[in-house]
Order: sequence, then C-alpha cells, then structure tokens
Amino acid sequence: MKIVVNIPAALRQYTGNNSEVDVDASTVEEVLVKLDLLFPGLRAFMLDESRGLRRYVNIFVNEHDIRSEEGLKTKLKDGDQVHIIPAIAGGS
Amino acid sequence: MKGPFFENSPVFHMAFDKRDGKTIYAAVNSGHFGPTVFRSKNFGRTWENSKNPPRFPETSGLKVEHLWHIEPGHPNEPEVVYAGVAPAALFRSEDGGENWKINENLSSHPTRPKWEPGAGGLCLHSIVIDPRNPKRMYLGISAVGTFKTEDHGETWTPKNKNVRADFLPEKYPEFGQCVHKLVMDPAKSDHLYQQNHCGVYRSQNAAEDWIEISKGLPSGFGFPMAVHPQESETFYVVPEQGDFFRVAANKEFSVYTTSNAGKTWRKLSKGLPTKNAYLGCYREGLATDQLDPAGIYVGTRMGHLFSSVNEGKTWQLSAQWLPPIYSVSTATVTT
Repeated sequence: MKIVVNIPAALRQYTGNNSEVDVDASTVEEVLVKLDLLFPGLRAFMLDESRGLRRYVNIFVNEHDIRSEEGLKTKLKDGDQVHIIPAIAGGS
Repeated sequence: MKGPFFENSPVFHMAFDKRDGKTIYAAVNSGHFGPTVFRSKNFGRTWENSKNPPRFPETSGLKVEHLWHIEPGHPNEPEVVYAGVAPAALFRSEDGGENWKINENLSSHPTRPKWEPGAGGLCLHSIVIDPRNPKRMYLGISAVGTFKTEDHGETWTPKNKNVRADFLPEKYPEFGQCVHKLVMDPAKSDHLYQQNHCGVYRSQNAAEDWIEISKGLPSGFGFPMAVHPQESETFYVVPEQGDFFRVAANKEFSVYTTSNAGKTWRKLSKGLPTKNAYLGCYREGLATDQLDPAGIYVGTRMGHLFSSVNEGKTWQLSAQWLPPIYSVSTATVTT
C-alpha cells in the first residue's frame, strides 16, 4: 500500500528535512520498519525497548489515533496518511 | 556562542574525546523520542545520532529512562566508548558510539535487587577508567555507591568502606551510598575523590577504603567535582546548603578547592555572587581545561556560566539567561 508519512518538525533533520515520506506498507508497524530502512535509527525515536510506542509519541492513521485502533498492528489502505505527532503533554 | 542544539532535550553530559582530538559526544534526553547518543566530529557544527543507542534487551522489561554520562574509553581502545544510564546500567560501544552493548555482569549483580534510586533516579553517572589499565574501572551510581572492576567489567565489587549513608538504618553499609560524582587524581591513579550525598571523601588505595574530608567546607553536600588537570591532590567542589535545601551553602555561590587532597580547603569566590545567591549546580556542571594555568568553569541550574582563567582566583560571568546548565565540558585544541 502506498502510504504517506507526515514527519514532525523535531525529526525532519533525520529525514533529509522531508516533512513527508512515501513508503509501501500494510501496517503502522511496517511503516516504521520501512522508515528505519530509509533513515537508520529513526525507529528508535518512536519505539522503546519493548517495541511499544513511546508514551509521548502519537501516531494517527488519517484522523484515527492508533491507540484507539489496533496500535502498531493497525492496518493501512492505499493512500492512507500516517501522522507522527509528539504529544502536547510530553517534553522536558 | 553557537546553538541551541537539541532544542527541548536536556543534554545531561557532553564529553570531548581527547584520543582523536575532535569527537564530541552528547547524552541527549528527549522527553518525546527517548535518550540517545549524538556525536560531532566538527566541534558541534553538525551532529549524528547513534543508529542503535543504548537500550536494554527486550526481555529485561527495563527501558532506558535517561542517558547520564558518556566516557571515552582507554587510549589503547580508540573506538571504545562507555555510557551510563538510568535505571543503572553500563553500556559499551566498540565502534565510536554507533552500536552499544549492555554490561550484563553489572545489570545482574547479586546486590541489584536491593538497589534503591536517589532523588534523581537510579542513575549511573560516573565512569572512571584507570589510565594505566583499561581493565580497571570505577562506577558511581546513585544511590547505590561506587563499584570497581579489575577485569574489564566481568566482575564488579562494591567499594564503599567508610562512606556514610545517613539516610539508611545502617550508616556504613556495603552498598547503598549516594555518590554524586566520582573523579580520579590526574597524577595518581589509585587516588579517587567523591562528592557524596553525605560528605566529600578521598581514597588513596584504589577505592579499597575512603576517608571523609568534608571538614573545612561550609557543607559536605553538593554535586559536581572536578580535578586540576595536572596537579595531584587538587580538586574543586561547589557546596550546597544540604539535601533539604539545594542552593549555594550560606547563599554564597562559591567554588572550594584543596591542594592537599582535602586536608584543608580554600574558598574561591572573587567575582562569584556571594549574597543571597540561591544558585546550584548539576553534577556535570563543573569542569577544568588542560591549560596552564588551568581554567575552571561552572554552570548553574539557573543558566549562568562562570569561568576563571586563573585557577579560581577570580571569576567572570561568561553567559547568563541560558536554560538550566546540565553539563560543562572543555576541549583544549591547538590550531
């Protein structure tokens, strides 16, 4: 599935300053794998050691928070937009 | 002044690698994206993140909360770098910080089930390598104490004899002390000094035992400690009022020095704010350079950087209105 991934400003320095990256994936988890292949090390910013989504990182498929769906296993359709968004509650 | 770099991410420590004279490591702790190691090979103009930063094994159930300290390895091991994290663990890289492996022997130490965190967390914040012998290292962990290895990290032994733990029922336990910062004498590698929650200490026998040397200081409580680059038995501390009030002792922000391993102390405060100065420093907030006379630099939690070019005789305010300063490090380079 052709997926458009929206990269937050804080991570664009690792994606060649691209705010959008196209990947071919069928789940959110696969999106992260593909992103990591393109930009080694990027997945570690979003997943912790248990391979779960970091607490203050939100991922939306179109307008749906994956935590309300199937998490990283959330399935994707051709043309879906995946938004990676740092939570407003997070930070230091 | 350049930057800021790593916006919105506390940088707990930066370390200059004297082995190649150009690499700087940064322990960057993003609240969103997790802790990771960054490296620069051009004095901070550009930075590269570690592709596989320090992370616990998936089966451990643990997560790296913060990266506390980065220590370039022994000169005989030019690509080796160490990192200390919370919850307390030691990581080692053999490729200049790109990939990291946990020291399982420390993580599975038999005393670990009884380790309790300090106020800042269960942090491994000090890594000291014996320059004569890469197999000998010392670690400082809050609030667990000092640990030593003589076999390159295969085995670790608590080394806290005579160090007080006033907050525990047993005042001199085998472990559980809250060491805040551990450093090594620049000329005598068997001589170590520690700023502890319960005083300042020295050891002259490779940490086999410790002697308290707080007498003469306005307070034995504080966080950072730095050694003179060349002179043996000379080092610096920044006393704070106490664990109940973490500001400059007597509201006089001062650096104290000894030149006899703590037998006597002198206050170095000319040019520092010494009236109603509710200032304090993080444990990496004090550094010396390699010049002669030595420069000393101290950064406060409130965003001031003070510097002295004459070993503390006089100080000047070099920067202010910065965010909290977590780490002050120096790099002495020739051009």
